[in-house]
Amino acid sequence: MNVVLAKTETGRALSDAFIVARDRLPGTGQILEQRRQAFDAYERAGLPHRRLEDWKYTDLRALMREVLPLAPAPDAAALKHAEKTLKQHKVRGTRRLVLVDGVFAPKLSETADLEKGLSIRSLREVLEAGNAELQSQLFAFDVSNPMVALNTAMMTDGVVIEVAAGTVMSQPLHVVHIATGSVPAAIFTRSLLRLGKDAGVTLVESYVAADGAKAYQAHDSLVIAIGDNSRLDHVRLVEDSAEAANISSAVVTLGAHAHFNTFGMTSGASVSRYQANIAFAGEGSRVETNGVNLLNGKQHADTTLFMDHAVPNCASREVFRAVADDRAHSVFQGRIIVRPDAQKTDAKMMTRALLLSDEAEADNKPELEIFADDVTCGHGATTGALDESLLFYLRARGLSEKEAQSLLIQAFVGEAIESIVNDDLRELAVASAIRWLEARA
Amino acid sequence: MMSLLEVKDLQVRVEDREILHGLSLTVNPGEVHAIMGPNGSGKSTLSHVIAGKPGYEVTGGEILFKGEDLLEMAPDERAAKGVFLAFQYPVEIPGVATMNFLRTALNAQRKARGESEYSTPDFLKKVREVAKSLNIPQDMLRRGVNVGFSGGEKKRNEILQMALFEPSLCILDEMDSGLDIDALRIAADGVNALRSPDRAMVVITHYQRLLNYIVPDFVHVMSRGKVVKSGGKDLALELEASGYAQFEDAA
Ligand SMILES: Nc1ncnc2c1ncn2[C@@H]1O[C@H](COP(=O)(O)OP(=O)(O)OP(=O)(O)O)[C@@H](O)[C@H]1O
Ligand SMILES: [Mg+2]
Repeated sequence: MNVVLAKTETGRALSDAFIVARDRLPGTGQILEQRRQAFDAYERAGLPHRRLEDWKYTDLRALMREVLPLAPAPDAAALKHAEKTLKQHKVRGTRRLVLVDGVFAPKLSETADLEKGLSIRSLREVLEAGNAELQSQLFAFDVSNPMVALNTAMMTDGVVIEVAAGTVMSQPLHVVHIATGSVPAAIFTRSLLRLGKDAGVTLVESYVAADGAKAYQAHDSLVIAIGDNSRLDHVRLVEDSAEAANISSAVVTLGAHAHFNTFGMTSGASVSRYQANIAFAGEGSRVETNGVNLLNGKQHADTTLFMDHAVPNCASREVFRAVADDRAHSVFQGRIIVRPDAQKTDAKMMTRALLLSDEAEADNKPELEIFADDVTCGHGATTGALDESLLFYLRARGLSEKEAQSLLIQAFVGEAIESIVNDDLRELAVASAIRWLEARA
Repeated sequence: MMSLLEVKDLQVRVEDREILHGLSLTVNPGEVHAIMGPNGSGKSTLSHVIAGKPGYEVTGGEILFKGEDLLEMAPDERAAKGVFLAFQYPVEIPGVATMNFLRTALNAQRKARGESEYSTPDFLKKVREVAKSLNIPQDMLRRGVNVGFSGGEKKRNEILQMALFEPSLCILDEMDSGLDIDALRIAADGVNALRSPDRAMVVITHYQRLLNYIVPDFVHVMSRGKVVKSGGKDLALELEASGYAQFEDAA
C-alpha cells in the first residue's frame, strides 16, 4: 500500500487513502461521518502552502511534499524496539503512557493503581464506546485548518485523560510518542486532557524515535479543558528523528481562575509545526507559554500561537527563544486577540532569536488585535548573533569557541526553561538542550 | 633563562588606524612590570592583543610567550598556556551562573593542559578559600557572571579568577579603578599573594598609589602607541610629580 494523500502541485492523482484506511480507524456512525467531512475538507485544501497567510513561512507543499500512508499497527518486534527506546526517555517520578506508531501500548504504559479521581483510556476505546459528550469534545477542532482536518479524519489512537473535580495529582503524567518507523509512514494521534474544578496535574509529552526509524510523519492533536480554579503544568519536548515531520495542534480552554503553564522545546524533526489555540472562557485566569527552538542543519520549526482573550481580567505571557544554526529556519507567529468585553486584559509576548550562522533564518510575526480599551498589551522581538565581547571574555578564560557558544546559548534559552516549575522536568528540558549543544560540538 | 613574554616591535591596527607603532617589552618570570601612560596611549590595546581579542590586525612585529608564537594561538589556548588578562571593563553575562562559569573555565584549561578535571567538592573548596581571602561573599558567586556587580565587585571577581586559574602571566588592566581604599588593599594583597619566582605581572595603572601596594620591578611609560621610557619604581613617583607632557613629543 503506497497511497498519496495530498493533491500535489505536480498534479499527482489522489487515491482515496481515507477509504483504504477506514477499516482501521475507530468509530462508526456519526463519528465516521465527521471523519468523512473532515477528509473532504482536507482534500479540498490539500497541504497548506505559502499563499495562505497562516502558512506563509511554512509551506508544507514544499517542505513535506506529501502525506505518507498510514503507519501499520506496531507488531511484537516494533513494541520491543519501542521498549528499548522508552528506557532512554523515562522521566523519574512520572506515570508513563506510551503510544507506539500512534497506537496506545498498554503493556508499556502504567495504567494500574490509578489515583482516585484519575481516569485514563485510549482514544480508540472512547471513540468506539465512549459517551457522546466526550466524543464531541474530541471533535472540538476547527477543520478549516487543513492539517487539523486531516488529523480529524485519520486519528487512530491517543490517550483520553480525565482528572475529576478536586483531584490534585502530585505525580506528573508522561505521554511518550515513539515512532519505530520500520517503513516510511504517517502516524495520526489525538489526545484529550480534561480537568474538573479545583484540580491540578502536570502533563509531559515527548516525541521520540526508535533507533533507525525511517522518515515518518507524526500528526498529533491535543484537546485540553481546564476547569475553574484548576491548574495544568505542561511540558512538550519534540525530539523526533532528523528525517521526521511533526505536525501538532492543540486547543486549550480555561475556566475561571484557572492557570495554564506550558513550555515547549523543539530540537528534533526536520519539519515541525505546533499550532495552539488558547482561549479564556472564565475570568481571573492566567496562561504562561514559553518556547524554545534549537535548530540546525536544514531544520524548519514553526510555532503558531493564538491567544484568545474573550473575557475580562485574564493575563497571558508568551516568551519564545529561537536558536538557529546552519541553514535552519525558525518561525514564531503569535496572535493575540482581545475581544470587546475583555477589559483589564494583561497580555504580553516577547520573542528573541539567536542566529548562529549567516544562512540561518528566524521569522517572527506578532499580531495584536485589541477591541477593548482598558488593557495592557505589548510585544517585543529581537534577532541577533551571539555577543562577540561575551564570547571573547569566555574564551580568554579558557573556553573553546564551542564551549563558549554553548554556555551563552544555554543562558539564552534558560530564561524560557526557568519557567518550568517542576524541578525534574526543568532538568529534563535542560538535559535535552545540552544534548543538542553537545551534538553540534 | 627564557623570557616569559617578549613583545618585539609590535604594530597593531584597528579599523585601518595604527594604534601601536612598534612597541617592545620583555617580561621575565618573577618580575612585576607597571605600564603607565595617558588615556588613549594604547595600554588596553596591548593587553587585548596579548589576550587574543579579535578585531586587531597585527601588521608588524611579534609576541613570544615562553618562546612560542603567541599570535598564532586562539584566546583559549593562550589562557590554558598561562596568559591571564584582568579586564579594565569586565562584561556582564546574564544567565551564566558564576560558579558554573568558573568551573567550566578552570576545567577547560586543565583539560587543555592534559591535567585531570577538578571534582566538585575540590573545586568548591578551592573557590571558597579564594573568595574568602578576597572578601567576596558567597552570594556574589550565586549570581550571573558580573551581573549586578558594582564596579569594585567586578574587579574583585577578576582577581578571584586570577587566583583560581594560577596563570604564569597576569596582566591587570586598571584593576585599581573603581576600588575603594579597603577594596584596593584587599585586591592588592590578593595579587601579592600570587607573586612567585615563576609568575610575572604586568600592572597597567594611572595611579602611583597602586604601586605602593604592588611594588613593581620596572615601570614603563607608554605614549602614542610606544614605550617611550622605562625605569625602576621611582619613575612612577617622577610621573606623579611631572605628568606625561614631557613624553608627548618623544613619541
Ligand atoms: N575598536 C576600536 N576602534 C577604533 N579605535 C580604537 C578601538 N579600540 C581602541 N581604539 C583607539 O585606540 C587608542 C588606544 O586605546 P586604548 O584603549 O588602548 O588606550 P588606553 O591606553 O588603554 O587608554 P585608557 O587609559 O583610557 O584606558 C585610542 O585612541 C582608542 O580610541
Ligand atoms: Mg585602557
